[in-house]
Amino acid sequence: MKTKYIAAHYCREANSLAKMIKLMGQFLKPFIFSLSIFLNSFAYASTFYPLETQRQEAQFAHLLKNLRCLVCQNQDLSDSNASLAKDLRNQVYNLVKENHSDAEITHYLTSRYGDFILFKPPVKEITLFLWFGPILFLMVGCFIFWRLSYRKKK
Amino acid sequence: MKPVLFRLMPLCCILGLGFIFWRGLALDPRDLPSMLMDKPLPSFSLPLLNQEKDFLTRDSLQGQVSLLNIFASWCTSCAEEQDFLLQLAKKGVPIYGISYKDVPSNANQWLLAYGNPYTKIALDKEGLTAIDLGVYGTPETFLIDKRGRVRFRYAGVLNEQVWQEVFLPKWQALEKSA
Repeated sequence: MKTKYIAAHYCREANSLAKMIKLMGQFLKPFIFSLSIFLNSFAYASTFYPLETQRQEAQFAHLLKNLRCLVCQNQDLSDSNASLAKDLRNQVYNLVKENHSDAEITHYLTSRYGDFILFKPPVKEITLFLWFGPILFLMVGCFIFWRLSYRKKK
Repeated sequence: MKPVLFRLMPLCCILGLGFIFWRGLALDPRDLPSMLMDKPLPSFSLPLLNQEKDFLTRDSLQGQVSLLNIFASWCTSCAEEQDFLLQLAKKGVPIYGISYKDVPSNANQWLLAYGNPYTKIALDKEGLTAIDLGVYGTPETFLIDKRGRVRFRYAGVLNEQVWQEVFLPKWQALEKSA
């Protein structure tokens, strides 16, 4: 009897929640639409930095998204307004225009500013713990779980 | 393994991780290592301030231990270190300046106001040489050895304390070496 009541209650809750989300969605639709235009850095990249092919445009946009601005360190190069970010954006633009590969362009930047300019650190000796530490901790966790729950039964 | 010790393992893990994260809080993300450390300066050629037919190149910095200071008239903290740089210049430390993304007239005015400790001043109007040097903010000071290699890079205001603690020991060692 009690469980039935609780289930019904939750059903009603869920129903009204769904209605609310629907309503909010209708309200927010124009906002989300305009926001998506503002946040479209791809469009931004192609108007200020004209490139010949779509492939180059995609490469330019994707490189900027993965490069850190060293002045305002949690922004990427595509949305930072710092003067160094503008200069680096120009350098990347020129290199993309000259048909350099992603690897060549990242090497150009890391040889000057270090791996810190990349948001995603490369797998190296010094970053091994960073990359594989979580797996190590998961394994330790599994081991502890196994020891505590399964071995007791014996 | 004893059961008690075993039960303490998760706690030890958490304490260990906590220690690592706590130490991480003390790290300064603005204190980036220079990629040029112990490497020769990249080749560059920049016109000198007020005599644009002459150039500062990496060969100009060879044969002596010197400082290479990147400054700009629009940079407020650069004015802060100027006083100390003047003191160093008086002691006979050769300081080469790179005026970073600046207009010559502004640079001249700024030098008149805050003093000129520089042996030579080069203009990097586009900031491209600064990119080759890995400069990410002014002021920055490089310690250059007799063979033109970068031995240290300091990002920030160079003052008496930094000089005594970091630069001076390295400077003395480099002066002695060939």
